[in-house]
Amino acid sequence: MRSAPDDDRPGRVIPFGKGRDRAYDAYGHAYDADEARGDHGAERRVDHLTRFMDFLRRRVAGDYEVDEFGFDPELTDKVTLELMRPLYRTWFRVETLGAGDVPAESGALIVANHSGTLPLDALMLQVAMHDEVGRPLRLLGADLVYQLPVLNHLARKTGHTLACREDADRLLRKGEAVGVFPEGFKGVGKPFSERYRLQRFGRGGFVASAIRAGVPIVPCAIVGAEEIYPKIGDLPVLARILGLPYLPITPLFPWFGPLGLIPLPSKWMIEFGEPIRTDDYDPGAADDPMLVFNLTDHVREIMQQMLNELRLRRGHAFPPLF
Amino acid sequence: MTHTVLVTGVSRHIGARVAGVLASDPDVASVIGVDTAPPWSQGRSYDPSGRAQFVRVDLRSSDIADVMSVADIDTVVHLSLVSAPSRSAGRDSMKEHNIIGTMQLLAACQRSATVRRVVVRSTTAVYGSSSHDPAVFTEDLEAADTPNHGYGKDAIEVEGYVRGFARRRPDIPVSLLRFAPLMGPTVSSPLTRFFVKPVLPTVLGFDPRLQFVHEDDAVEVLRRMAVEDHPGTFNVAGDGVLTMSQCVRRTGRLTVPLPSPAFRVLGEAVRRAGILEYSPEQLSLLSHGRAVDTARLAHELGWKPKFTTAAAFDDFLRAHGMPGGLPVALVDAVAELVRPRGDTGGE
Repeated sequence: MRSAPDDDRPGRVIPFGKGRDRAYDAYGHAYDADEARGDHGAERRVDHLTRFMDFLRRRVAGDYEVDEFGFDPELTDKVTLELMRPLYRTWFRVETLGAGDVPAESGALIVANHSGTLPLDALMLQVAMHDEVGRPLRLLGADLVYQLPVLNHLARKTGHTLACREDADRLLRKGEAVGVFPEGFKGVGKPFSERYRLQRFGRGGFVASAIRAGVPIVPCAIVGAEEIYPKIGDLPVLARILGLPYLPITPLFPWFGPLGLIPLPSKWMIEFGEPIRTDDYDPGAADDPMLVFNLTDHVREIMQQMLNELRLRRGHAFPPLF
Repeated sequence: MTHTVLVTGVSRHIGARVAGVLASDPDVASVIGVDTAPPWSQGRSYDPSGRAQFVRVDLRSSDIADVMSVADIDTVVHLSLVSAPSRSAGRDSMKEHNIIGTMQLLAACQRSATVRRVVVRSTTAVYGSSSHDPAVFTEDLEAADTPNHGYGKDAIEVEGYVRGFARRRPDIPVSLLRFAPLMGPTVSSPLTRFFVKPVLPTVLGFDPRLQFVHEDDAVEVLRRMAVEDHPGTFNVAGDGVLTMSQCVRRTGRLTVPLPSPAFRVLGEAVRRAGILEYSPEQLSLLSHGRAVDTARLAHELGWKPKFTTAAAFDDFLRAHGMPGGLPVALVDAVAELVRPRGDTGGE
């Protein structure tokens, strides 16, 4: 079943892993675990090297594909996710529940809580979607991300785009799994004392998008991100000068300089809830503000409840210490 | 039914090709090409079949009305849009050419009793490029930051006059075509001249999505629009996008990433020195890029461009003999070293 990549095919995109039950090597090829253990070891190493050289050649020659949003699946799978995985597995020991509740193929809108001062929860949610659900997550991000150098194209290359109605509708119509954090900066930048309390949910634009596309809304609770950079203070004047939404003071930042940027190793859990169907509504219902507000509140209540239960289930933030 | 077609801007690359293609169409009785200078003076081959005529007209004057009344024109294909100021004439002359030229032409069309189809070339530059725009523009979307200078601004004004004309003469179907940057073996534009430089300046920290349309596809779209009625506004671009980093890797050239303020300062200097064309508009394209949706055109014509964005760019590189260069050769050499003897890479 293994075959060497075909040099003649331009812009070859390696398929995504389909869940955790099959083993994949770093280059996206499924392999047989028994075979890898057998005496084919040397052969496998050579094969690995050949594949790596092919990968390198494609990258250097610019011979790979990105979609119209700038998503580069090959770079995401082989570089970005590889770099984030140690954080996911070892540092935060993320446990993901309810991955089976996320639709496997069709469009879906994943709505999650946002916290942690720096949006590491977005990165961990992306790893969870890739490794546990087996599909790429297409997040809708804040304007700020797309104005900043480096971050703007990294966000696009890893599959994300600007939070706006047109992009959300387009991704959902294409049957992608789109992720939103409706709390936005209010959520990610809230003080530590308000942890696990959902903030206001924007204007409910995400609900309207789901109704227009007729895709289910998957509520998602992320527990653990609140403790990575406990925000105990704020420097609003300096933040305004730097053009940032907030500049946090945490127990480690800015006192320890760059060391303060190391996230505390809290224990994380991510839970996907049961999808909320929107396909019984007429697409025109997206223009009914009352219905959109009600559905937004409904989603928010479910998520708050999921958060409370998941937090209890996780127990201490820094086991086994406290 | 036979047509008499007026094509403006025939001394420019696309104009000359469209005039040639239409002249060899059996449904077209005659083609009249107009421009300020004859195509052959620009070294372009103009209609090898010899059926197209050339009339020297400055569109900024009202001479175009005389040409139209004499020749019984029924189809007008307006391609005479200048996308970058020439070094000698400058921005004012470009603006006058684009806007006054279009106004004169449309005024003549409005008076004409024979014109029954108008095709106007515009550009996807009307959408601008910024960080707070949707990733993909459909024809109905308006840019968050509408371009306030250069080609994009001219094109927006031209489109405004075209819409005004369409309102006043609802009996005439008007096709407005927004072309992505042209790419191909014989295209010469600020962008194609950029990619053949030995060292490519890029904006540090930005990797824009770019989209191209192959010249052959552009000519085919204009031909179809000239001989059939397809009223409306259409984006024209090859499928897919290429990021700037993909483009420069395909060229195999070196890049010099410059922070955007430095780009602005140095850009002005190199423009004055004539090394590189540079405009603020280009800087925003090189920072944020732009992609458009072409579903409406595909649906209307039942046809898709033959070249994807990537294929159009590769065709351009092939024609300029740029096969990838040193980095790929290096990787190939290393791959050859590590590949065991007798193994051809397969099993």
